[in-house]
Amino acid sequence: MSSFDLIVIGAGPGGYVCAFRAAQLGLKVALVEKRPTLGGTCLNVGCIPSKALLHSSEHLVWAKQHAAEHGIGFGSVTFDLPAFLKRKDDVVAKLVGGVSALAKARKVTVVTGAASFVSANTVSVAPAAGAPTQLTAKNIVVATGSAPVELPFLKFDGKSVVSSDHAIAFDSIPKKLVVVGGGAIGLELGSVWSRLGADVTVVEFLPKIAAAYDDDIVRNFTRILQKQGLKIEVNAKVTGYANGILTAERDGQKLEFPADKVLVSVGRRPYADALGLEKVGVKLDDRKRIQVDGHLKTNVPGIWAIGDVVAGPMLAHKAEEDGVAVAEWIAGKAGHINWDLMPAIVYTSPEVASVGLGEDAAKAKGLAVNIGKFNLAANGRAIAASATDGYVKIIADAKTDRILGAQILGHNAGELISEIVTHMEYGGSAEDLGRTIHAHPTMSEAVKEAGLAVSKSAIHAL
Amino acid sequence: MASIEVKIPPMGESIASGILAKWHVADGAIVKKDQPLFELETDKITSEGTAESAGKISLKVAAGDEVKIGQVVASIDPAATADSSSNSKPQTPNPEPAAAAAASPAVRRLAAETGLDPASVAGTGKAGRVTKGDMLAAAAAPAPKPAAPAAAPAAPAPAPRAPLAPGTRQTRKKMSPLRAKIAQRLVSAQHEAAMLTTFNEVDMSAVMALRAKYQDDFVKKHGLKLGFMSFFAKAVVHALREVPAVNAQLDGDSIVENHYYDIGMAVSTEKGLMVPVVRSCDTLGMAEIEKSIADVAKRAREGKITLADLEGGVFTITNGGIFGSMLSTPIINPPQSAILGLHAINERPVAVNGQVVIRPMMYLALSYDHRLIDGKEAVTFLVKVKQAIEDPARLLIGA
Repeated sequence: MSSFDLIVIGAGPGGYVCAFRAAQLGLKVALVEKRPTLGGTCLNVGCIPSKALLHSSEHLVWAKQHAAEHGIGFGSVTFDLPAFLKRKDDVVAKLVGGVSALAKARKVTVVTGAASFVSANTVSVAPAAGAPTQLTAKNIVVATGSAPVELPFLKFDGKSVVSSDHAIAFDSIPKKLVVVGGGAIGLELGSVWSRLGADVTVVEFLPKIAAAYDDDIVRNFTRILQKQGLKIEVNAKVTGYANGILTAERDGQKLEFPADKVLVSVGRRPYADALGLEKVGVKLDDRKRIQVDGHLKTNVPGIWAIGDVVAGPMLAHKAEEDGVAVAEWIAGKAGHINWDLMPAIVYTSPEVASVGLGEDAAKAKGLAVNIGKFNLAANGRAIAASATDGYVKIIADAKTDRILGAQILGHNAGELISEIVTHMEYGGSAEDLGRTIHAHPTMSEAVKEAGLAVSKSAIHAL
Repeated sequence: MASIEVKIPPMGESIASGILAKWHVADGAIVKKDQPLFELETDKITSEGTAESAGKISLKVAAGDEVKIGQVVASIDPAATADSSSNSKPQTPNPEPAAAAAASPAVRRLAAETGLDPASVAGTGKAGRVTKGDMLAAAAAPAPKPAAPAAAPAAPAPAPRAPLAPGTRQTRKKMSPLRAKIAQRLVSAQHEAAMLTTFNEVDMSAVMALRAKYQDDFVKKHGLKLGFMSFFAKAVVHALREVPAVNAQLDGDSIVENHYYDIGMAVSTEKGLMVPVVRSCDTLGMAEIEKSIADVAKRAREGKITLADLEGGVFTITNGGIFGSMLSTPIINPPQSAILGLHAINERPVAVNGQVVIRPMMYLALSYDHRLIDGKEAVTFLVKVKQAIEDPARLLIGA
């Protein structure tokens, strides 16, 4: 039996970051991963491959539809799906290889296999072939992440009804793809296949797609996606899929959507199956998430849990922050994490990004807020780059001017949001944002102008 | 020759910081040895710092900054004397507060427009940073801040946008640091202690009779009048001996019992409330107590009080009666655990041996920290004071 200071189960962005940080702090760390590669869902089948596909497919759209505006012609634009998918695989391989190299350099012991608890400080790791090994440590972090939610009336078959794991690797472009669930994953992968030529319909149960965002942002976002060719059906409850037809209901009315592929992206569930948590008495909450306290400790001393497997937004950067904080706490340092400041991004074109309180949420809470909006259509760089769709919106406290949140619809919104997160982390006001120099010409000037617009002092808007 | 550091001098056991209220010299000025350099305000006293050496001074903190004991606030370059740089013009102090450099742009704007020093504002941002909201709140309800430096800023400041135009129906002035500190200490005493008040009344006939009987002899012998305070000081010492829990204080999770009887006497001065301490009241005679009270009160009112006069009291007596108060609940002076409030003496009908008689009566109030003094002890203490005043012979006999 090998003995460590810390065992981390799951090598996704939460787990490997936790392991690396702990190793930096001088702990002897084992990182257990079921997959042959490190990086978890995010690097292998999630964030990263989908971004590679989004990026490549945007180039295709540009070449076909927009190059001519710039005076650029290609003759006939061709598309090679295997090459397209291979590039994605190369991106993934490069990143997971990088994580492995870092693990080695940091002297983190990577143990490949499925972990299960033997006792509160011992786990057994069963590799795909061969005998299980036992590891022991005073502290064990569960970072086993999440898995796609399966609908009972729409079971995954890996061929026609698939999860995002498969939808990043269709071997042919579907003719008709129905995406069930209009959240980030569905909209991103729906966009990818739509750009490649599939007829894509997004079927959403709620009255709006990207439901976490403000109504005005979603209205504009929906219109842009529809212009790109995505069909969007809201308020539609999917009932089943048979004979190439996805059926749904809206207000008692039956709807039918022909589909050769159905991507079910209705959310993800915490994944702690077969870990044997019950054996050591780790409590789950009513939604099968591992129950933790404010320091991510489970009810069993020495067992911690981070990332998607605990309550909170299922986001890689959230898991990473959890991982760093837990590693620091275990090493006796002052870990810090601010769950209230968690940016979230939909990587479509344009992107949608948010942090903190939205306008709708602030108003629902009865908070007195001032809103500052700035349209990208008035930003020089956005015009030069043909990226004028969307706007930046800042939500600030009416009395103190403190920024409470922001939502951005626009090209690179995911990059633009981070300076607002930084301002918020330091308690910044909209005026602070407006009084901070932003280089010209950049799209970030729209963020500054939105900050000024909170006090109706935007320079390039009325 | 190396430059000499100007440090905030040690002020006494309980003083850790103060506010550098005013620079008497400008940055870059040539100073003489022993020249007053700055005025330091602490929660207890205002004092001056002087130059240890002649030379050219460079200021390191702005007027209004909070400074710690031992902090370097300026340096003096002894090489540069009046002769060597006679034509160098003294510069005016930098009007920008030192902390402003790290403040956010909106905070800097508000600092310039309102004159509020961000360093004097309690920050709610990350790691205590001052946010725009903090500045707006502080501007709406002025935070402790000394008056602006006497020297006018060199550069014209942006036209001040008065946060609240002074109307004719109100006038507005900044809290003095002393007032602000008193406010802060009183509020913190109320927050931290489990404070409550017990009352009693005392018949002043006996004390008044003694005063009437011995006043002339007392004045002739000691040159000052026999007042009430010496009786109460003696009565308090007597009661503290009987109920030692009242002469104790909390220090973290320890209870420290004091075996000395240094009694604070609250005195109202122009600058605010001060509580000079009369030492070892148990060993002093009535005349000595009267003399000590008269002396510290005079010095407190004249602003000549020293820190040593203010520190180390174990109990406080405050007399609202001199202003006519009928009844009040005094606030403890931490780390002390109790305070006795005296009130106006009024003739009231009282029942004595079945008869209604008119007696000079005074209400007594004892506020105490229930964390370490129980109700029984507090009430007993106050009864002991009452008994000693009503029958001063008890003080002689020790009953």
